[in-house]
Amino acid sequence: MSCDQCREREAVIHLTQIVNEQVTTLHLCEKCAAEKGVESPGAVAKTPLGSFLAAMGKEAEQVLPARTSEVCGRCGGTFQDFRETGRLGCSDCYRSFEGPLRDLLRRLHGSTHHLGERYAEREPGAAVGREPAADLREQLRLAVETENFELAAELRDRLRVLE
Amino acid sequence: MIDLSLLTDGGVGWLDASGPSSHLVLSTRIRLARNLADHIFQGRNSEIEREEILDSVERAARESVLLRRATRFRLDQLDRIDRQLLHERHLVSKELAGLDPDGRVRSGASLLIQERIGVMLNEEDHLRIQGLHSGFALAETYAEVDRLDSELGQRLAFAFHPEFGYLTSCPTNVGTGLRASVLIHLPGLVLTKEISKVLQGLAQVGLTHRGLYGEGSEVVGNFFQLSNQTTLGSSERELLDHLGKMVRQVMDYEEQARQVLVRDAPTVIEDKVWRAYGLLRYARSLSFEEAMNLLSGVRLGVGVGLIPDVAMYTLNKLLIYTQPAHLAVAEGVSPDDVELPLRRARFVRKVLESEVGRRG
Repeated sequence: MSCDQCREREAVIHLTQIVNEQVTTLHLCEKCAAEKGVESPGAVAKTPLGSFLAAMGKEAEQVLPARTSEVCGRCGGTFQDFRETGRLGCSDCYRSFEGPLRDLLRRLHGSTHHLGERYAEREPGAAVGREPAADLREQLRLAVETENFELAAELRDRLRVLE
Repeated sequence: MIDLSLLTDGGVGWLDASGPSSHLVLSTRIRLARNLADHIFQGRNSEIEREEILDSVERAARESVLLRRATRFRLDQLDRIDRQLLHERHLVSKELAGLDPDGRVRSGASLLIQERIGVMLNEEDHLRIQGLHSGFALAETYAEVDRLDSELGQRLAFAFHPEFGYLTSCPTNVGTGLRASVLIHLPGLVLTKEISKVLQGLAQVGLTHRGLYGEGSEVVGNFFQLSNQTTLGSSERELLDHLGKMVRQVMDYEEQARQVLVRDAPTVIEDKVWRAYGLLRYARSLSFEEAMNLLSGVRLGVGVGLIPDVAMYTLNKLLIYTQPAHLAVAEGVSPDDVELPLRRARFVRKVLESEVGRRG
């Protein structure tokens, strides 16, 4: 489909306007859309957060301080990097930029407190955390439930040896 | 060329229309975003690190029950057409498949899948644990995803913060990391022009809508993906209950809209659905978008009992197999082939003819 305005370039933006209950749709290329002052979705950062920040406009400036000299000690990412990409560099960034992130989380989710399932943190690299027999029993239960009988038989044998 | 028949159900078990409310809801999807504590997030990590992530998750998967016999696809080693195929089957996101206009496939981008559940690896987060079910099945889907999460969580160390919960690359997913989406067909609300009101209402209660292919996709064929917007501050159960309650309400509105259409404009609606059916049965050229819209009309006709001879499963099958990559692969041509619309029309005619033939 070519652009309604220049009739040359491919239309990439489809603008539907409702004026006095009349629906009109304009098909525009990126250039003509920009000239008409229509913001191209491509111009906004591609992450959901990007559009959130764009929607917040000036307010975002206050929530997210533009200049902070802080650098995450682990990944080397800065808060400015986050502002630009909408993505954090590593899990430590949540500690490095805790203040502004806390504000952002409150705005995004209305809360900063995780109320869902809690993950029992383990030493990285440690083998299956629980007592081996309990783990085998759990695996056996799963295997039976998912009708994976071949595996169930194997697990049952291993359990027998263990017990 | 990848062989999707390696997957038990070809990876399309979710479209068999066997699930609850499948006359309105095509599928239910739930994903959990997880990251490994000892690795840098996706945007800043190296190729080597992504291989390490892949290795450790694969090892954990092999030791698990639910992914023990998983099939692995390395997206970064597949041709574009194959990546598109997996995306059209709703098994991988557009991002993982590197199908964004400026997109590249990230090295290490992979999918592990065993029946209805799987993990996308090296997506925006290290792991996206996902489950896909036919029909409206939030509880069943979550039960499976939750099990896989604990199985993998026992063998891997996930990044978790005592206050913020599961840590994700983008703060929009932090906390539970849970996004549940219900793919629902709402032609009644679109025809009665109630849809924007409904979508606005959903936004006010913290839900969001997307198109057929999820994030960043347009609405085609009156299919909407309804999902939770926030992931923090509510438990998994609360998020799912809330979404479920709202989806049931939307289903009621849709049924009411259909009743209004059938009661107040019976000839208009009858003409509309049979016209859609007629075009699908006899057209000689169909673009993907046109096919989707006509299939939507026929689906509505079947839903309100005006078109008796077509099964929902057939319509779901057409929905998948008329997509560009699927059709191109079946026909042995490129997805850019200029004759694709002709081939699509021929394919649709053939399927509908045999359906009528079978029902005699």
